[in-house]
Amino acid sequence: MMEFLTAHFATILFYILAGLTVAGGIGVISFKNPVHSALSLLGTFLMVAALFVLQHAEFLAAVQVLVYAGGILVLFLFVIMLVNIKRMQPEQVFLSRVAPLAVAVGITLGAIIAGLLLAGSLGHPAAAPAALQSVQGQHVGNTEAVGWVLYTKYLVPFEIVSVVLLVAMVGAIIFGRKDPTLEGRGGRMEP
Amino acid sequence: MNLSQFIPFLPEIFLAVAGFVILLAGIAAGRRGIRALTIAGVAALAVTAVLTWLLGRPAGGPEVILGGMLVLDGFALYFKLVMIVASAITLMMAAGFLERSSYGGGEFVALVLYATLGMMVMASGANLVSLYVGLELMALSQYVLVGYFKLEVKSNEGAVKYFVLGALSSGILLYGISLVYGTLGTLDLGGIRDALGAGVSGNTALGLGIILVGFGMLFKVAAVPFHVWTPDAYEGAPTPVTAFISVGPKAAAFAMFLRLFAGAFAPEIHSWRLVMWMAAALTMIYGNVAALTQNNVKRMLAYSSIAHAGYALIGIVAGSVMGTWALLLYMLVYTFMNLGAFGFVILLETRGYAGEQISDYAGLAKRHPGAAAGMLIFMLALAGIPPTAGFMGKLYLFSAAVEAGYIKLVVIAVIMSAVSLYYYFRIVLEMYFRDGEEDVPAPLARDRWLEAMITLCVVATLVIGVWPAPMVGWARHGLIALGVG
Repeated sequence: MMEFLTAHFATILFYILAGLTVAGGIGVISFKNPVHSALSLLGTFLMVAALFVLQHAEFLAAVQVLVYAGGILVLFLFVIMLVNIKRMQPEQVFLSRVAPLAVAVGITLGAIIAGLLLAGSLGHPAAAPAALQSVQGQHVGNTEAVGWVLYTKYLVPFEIVSVVLLVAMVGAIIFGRKDPTLEGRGGRMEP
Repeated sequence: MNLSQFIPFLPEIFLAVAGFVILLAGIAAGRRGIRALTIAGVAALAVTAVLTWLLGRPAGGPEVILGGMLVLDGFALYFKLVMIVASAITLMMAAGFLERSSYGGGEFVALVLYATLGMMVMASGANLVSLYVGLELMALSQYVLVGYFKLEVKSNEGAVKYFVLGALSSGILLYGISLVYGTLGTLDLGGIRDALGAGVSGNTALGLGIILVGFGMLFKVAAVPFHVWTPDAYEGAPTPVTAFISVGPKAAAFAMFLRLFAGAFAPEIHSWRLVMWMAAALTMIYGNVAALTQNNVKRMLAYSSIAHAGYALIGIVAGSVMGTWALLLYMLVYTFMNLGAFGFVILLETRGYAGEQISDYAGLAKRHPGAAAGMLIFMLALAGIPPTAGFMGKLYLFSAAVEAGYIKLVVIAVIMSAVSLYYYFRIVLEMYFRDGEEDVPAPLARDRWLEAMITLCVVATLVIGVWPAPMVGWARHGLIALGVG
């Protein structure tokens, strides 16, 4: 028993953490109180960070905690606090009509995917990506390796992501901005 | 990586910078400067097209640039030029429409340019990462454009549905990519093709990854059963945006589809062909049958665009050289005929969402014979009747499928084309054989730019239909690099 545990420690830990991640995700959509949902999301983010650590992606784990848990979630909580949540009635939750169908489809698809993965290649990982272990022949730390790859091989996608972020920002401003000339006209076209 | 390596990337860099400049100029120009901003946007697209033409044809055949992220070849050049033309026509069509609305134009033009940038990256991506990033840039710009009329409930609804389902499909796509990467250890399309060719098949995780990537792509081209967002997004979006998202991004999604499935995953064709076959058949059947009962023209054209995605999928199922170039040609043809059809919806739409009901077209032939004749040509083209380009496009696609032995699929396609005649001709019937209600005839906007663009689409639809040889030659030329030629 003990030998089994020590031999498969990483795998067992992975399943525990993965289970907690999914549980957190289910919590996000199940809680009626938005604050509880947000805290459940925090749990999911932290568990994902732990999964990154398990995969020796320490840099990603740190970024996950800093950006998602530290930044985005705090923003969520601010919005929840500022919006009057009491006005949201459970009956108004849309999509509730198709919820049983969605659950059925989700479980079926999940079972198919899990079955295929279990039946197939579990425990036979193919070539592990070697990009992060060494850069130009020398062994470097995790953060340094990520930086190397990001600013050399993946420089172009990295730059395009900056345009993606700009578009996201422009979109947020378009939707969020209060436009005095549009008020009261419903944005309809002028005759 | 030194600076000279970025020279082939100049068209994209120029387009991004032009987007920034127009975004800033839009603040100063406000609501009055829509025409000027549009001209600037179209000029930027024209310069990008010239740069693409000059830099996109490396002398020594296809060339992988920027550390394997992008590739310059005939295929990328073909799709990039189609997309740039589609974006330019969209901008010209949208100018008058935006001017009549109470929304500004700076962000609109910039967002169309950014979407075009994303599409160009998708057309030339040689790595799963660059393809995905290009896809996200295009998709995010589209979500914002769909919701651009932010005080319209329909526009909001379309944008939210599109955004939520688009994010879900990106998740599916990424999960598939992660499984492919996990089993093969490479994100490079050429590397994936080589690894698959060397015989790693039989791995279920890999097969599942490819199928999930396929699901993600089917979502992006609006194929059944991943089409649910399409009618709402198309109906809710401002009509020029509907015209845009029904052609440019669809061409881009098919370009990425071909890069992945006719290129990288081609050696594994036996594991995904059946899925694509079923998707193509279901998409053709559902799109055409659902369009029959629509009374809203935009919704009807949304279902019609679903059906056209089904026809285009035949080219991917065929998996042959001819299937691929037929699909390339079809994307070009479809761009012109669909933009033209939506152009007429814009022309008729002068007050809010009026001009969208099929009954609004009643008696149009009497009031505006020219407009009715133009619409007739686009309806003929969409239905696939000679001598329009729609006929040639379908002819090549169907012959490719027959050549590859997919007779049943072609039978379904031909039957469904016949079904589509019914709903396209409902509009024709209204225009020519019904009298409009005299008290409220839907007025026709006077918009020279829009009329010029529609004329351009009419000419292109007829010329390609009568004399397709040069376009066919160009599309075939584009394939040499893809690995199927």
